[in-house]
Amino acid sequence: MHSEHKILSKRQLSEEVYRMEILAPLVAKERKAGQFVIVQYDEEYSERIPLTIADADEEKGTVTLIFQTVGASTHKLALKNVGDSIVLLGPLGNPTHIENYGWAVCVGGGIGLAPLHPIVKALKNAGNRVTVISGARTAELLIMQEEMKALADEHIIVTDDGSAGRKALVTEPLKELCSRDPKPDLVVTIGPPIMMKFCAATTQPFGVKTLASLNTIMIDGTGMCGGCRVTVGGKTKFVCVDGPEFDAHEVDWAQMLSRLGAYKSIEQAAHDRCHLEMSLQKLAKAQGAAQDAAETITERSNNR
Amino acid sequence: MSHMDRARHEALAREELVKIRSIPLSPKARLQIPVQDMPSQDPMVRRANMFEVATGYTPEQAMLESARCLQCKNAPCVAGCPVRIDIPGFLAKARDGDFAGAVAVIKRTNLLPSICGRVCPQEKQCQLTCTVGKALGGVDKAVQIGRVERFVADYERGAGLLAAPPVTGSTGKKVAVVGAGPAGLTCAVDVRRQGHKVVIFEAFHKAGGVMVYGIPEFRLPKALVASEAEVVESMGVDFEMSFLVGRTRRLNSLLKEDDFDAVFIGTGAGLPKFMNIPGENLVGVFSANEYLTRANLMKAYEIGKAATPLYPSRRVAVLGGGNVAMDSARMALRLGAEEVRVLYRRTREEMPARGEEVVHAMEEGIIFDFLSSPTQVLGDQNGRVVGLEVLSYELGAPDESGRRRPVAIKGSEKIVPFDTVIVAVGNESNPLISRTSPELSVDRWGHILVDEKQKTSIERVYAGGDIVLGAATVILAMGEGRRAAAAINEVLQ
Repeated sequence: MHSEHKILSKRQLSEEVYRMEILAPLVAKERKAGQFVIVQYDEEYSERIPLTIADADEEKGTVTLIFQTVGASTHKLALKNVGDSIVLLGPLGNPTHIENYGWAVCVGGGIGLAPLHPIVKALKNAGNRVTVISGARTAELLIMQEEMKALADEHIIVTDDGSAGRKALVTEPLKELCSRDPKPDLVVTIGPPIMMKFCAATTQPFGVKTLASLNTIMIDGTGMCGGCRVTVGGKTKFVCVDGPEFDAHEVDWAQMLSRLGAYKSIEQAAHDRCHLEMSLQKLAKAQGAAQDAAETITERSNNR
Repeated sequence: MSHMDRARHEALAREELVKIRSIPLSPKARLQIPVQDMPSQDPMVRRANMFEVATGYTPEQAMLESARCLQCKNAPCVAGCPVRIDIPGFLAKARDGDFAGAVAVIKRTNLLPSICGRVCPQEKQCQLTCTVGKALGGVDKAVQIGRVERFVADYERGAGLLAAPPVTGSTGKKVAVVGAGPAGLTCAVDVRRQGHKVVIFEAFHKAGGVMVYGIPEFRLPKALVASEAEVVESMGVDFEMSFLVGRTRRLNSLLKEDDFDAVFIGTGAGLPKFMNIPGENLVGVFSANEYLTRANLMKAYEIGKAATPLYPSRRVAVLGGGNVAMDSARMALRLGAEEVRVLYRRTREEMPARGEEVVHAMEEGIIFDFLSSPTQVLGDQNGRVVGLEVLSYELGAPDESGRRRPVAIKGSEKIVPFDTVIVAVGNESNPLISRTSPELSVDRWGHILVDEKQKTSIERVYAGGDIVLGAATVILAMGEGRRAAAAINEVLQ
């Protein structure tokens, strides 16, 4: 049975963020901006992890995934190396509706900058003037910056601690942009749900159409389980088949946040366990090396 | 009811066998042979494990049960079987202890007897029309056809006799099968037999469809499903896993660019229905699909090994009265819930679940609240479920389905505490393939429209199983897969 996809390259972008290039020719060919994939580190015990596509190369037949280690499965995914295979299903979800809106503002927070990248690219190709707001907790966590710089007509960087760009939240420059005349024709926001919620609240008074890409819990990603459901405009929607992008002003953010937190305590415990295991492994390795060294010394002295 | 262990079942059956050997078996004598109960794990033990509940007949029981068959000339049982198994034929062989011969008879029309013997609703099919049951005044007294079917199939596997059907020389034709569930696997085997190349495209990472994500281990062991899929693979059928037709590749591309000569769509019922009551998106409300997929396919019950988390549940409400509701309730119990209640709008008589599953659920301690249905899900300030508001019903006049319509009793609302609610009220059709193939005709529920040969509105494209029927059964899906395969084989000749 064939389902495995090879990892062609792997890079650790920051302490908890990894970038992998995966061989998946059909997905690379079919995928469009805004779509995602589901990956598993194995077929037996892995969770099904929805990850947005940061980039794709149709000629090489690859997709680029950027992910943050948040629970047991993403940690185990991060332990995979070049040459290893993973399970990958996609592309899933509806592509972003791309047209020439005029002026588009794309707001990415943290890991959300990865899925924002193909959207920026597509909007740019469609003739839009694009402003990108890149935000992160600290400079180290700002990703895709070279790509964004190359694409954006205007690029605003903010960090919580001021270690890069302005010391501000993304909503600050977003509000300024919305206050300009003429105001933006479209805002796209991808990042932590709380950030998207505040982006929606920021643009609402200005009446600027705002799209948010939701990252809910999913199992199959094909409409079968309904675990990803959210209320949008008073109606239940499945993020996997109806989304992942929705009108940010219509999303029931409080509900979405509570649903995302359904397994928080279990995930936190798994995350802590992973870190403990990883440090134990490091420690064991260090001890092993020390012991080897000691043995070598003993051997040498015995040989004398 | 006290629990009887397997050795006791075997001893009793042996005594009976000796008895009937000494007398000529007139129909009257056959009717006097006691119905053989299915040996099972003790309910108090099995409610805390994932092992199969029903452990299967002993050889003595299988022979004895088969001897109850009157070998009716008109064989009403065969008419009740969706795939028309020669039931008297296989029972005659089983009666004489020729178990391999019996399974060979079944396999002429049913490729997956070990699965059908376990999950078919026999009391609504072959056993419903059985003469023995009619003569003894109850369908529960009918010849236990399904149990013997399971026994001979398990015998075949256990004896190492499981073999792939022969494949004729290559025709150079290529057929795509979408979905590795009961309909798809059956279709694939029948098409492959004729020497056509077959590729199965499956969205999940494991083959079996509802048999791996939906039906729990304790009712249908996954190793058994895997071994059936291996048999299909050994015939030279290719499996493309984690491949979603409609997204990874469109139906049209399969036909026009990838040179498939025909396509069979067997994607199942893939969009869970909810009750449409307030509070249904609270944390702690699950579709049965999600709940069961986490536990079965993702093996969330193997705590410490599986990465997919389980929601910690103490008091669970299951909404619905079908097999999926029974599976969810019994799974919740095994996953550690303290109390599991099934809320069903009608009564025991109207429940669509397989009879044996209801009995097993009751034995295990599942509580049934008949004539009740929730009006809303109640949550706390964190958006988590804390209970249900439940309304009581009474049965009124029969509706168009012939079942008495449940009528709400005004003012009977009460609040019942729960932390988990599992919604098992059926599925709608998954829109993925029809949305990405606009020329495929579907009805207003999204079911793919087919003719009597399972052909869709697109030339060379066939469909079958739940995507055509709505939520039905494994055996009906297999029947449709076979019919489609026959039609495909005919046009590819």
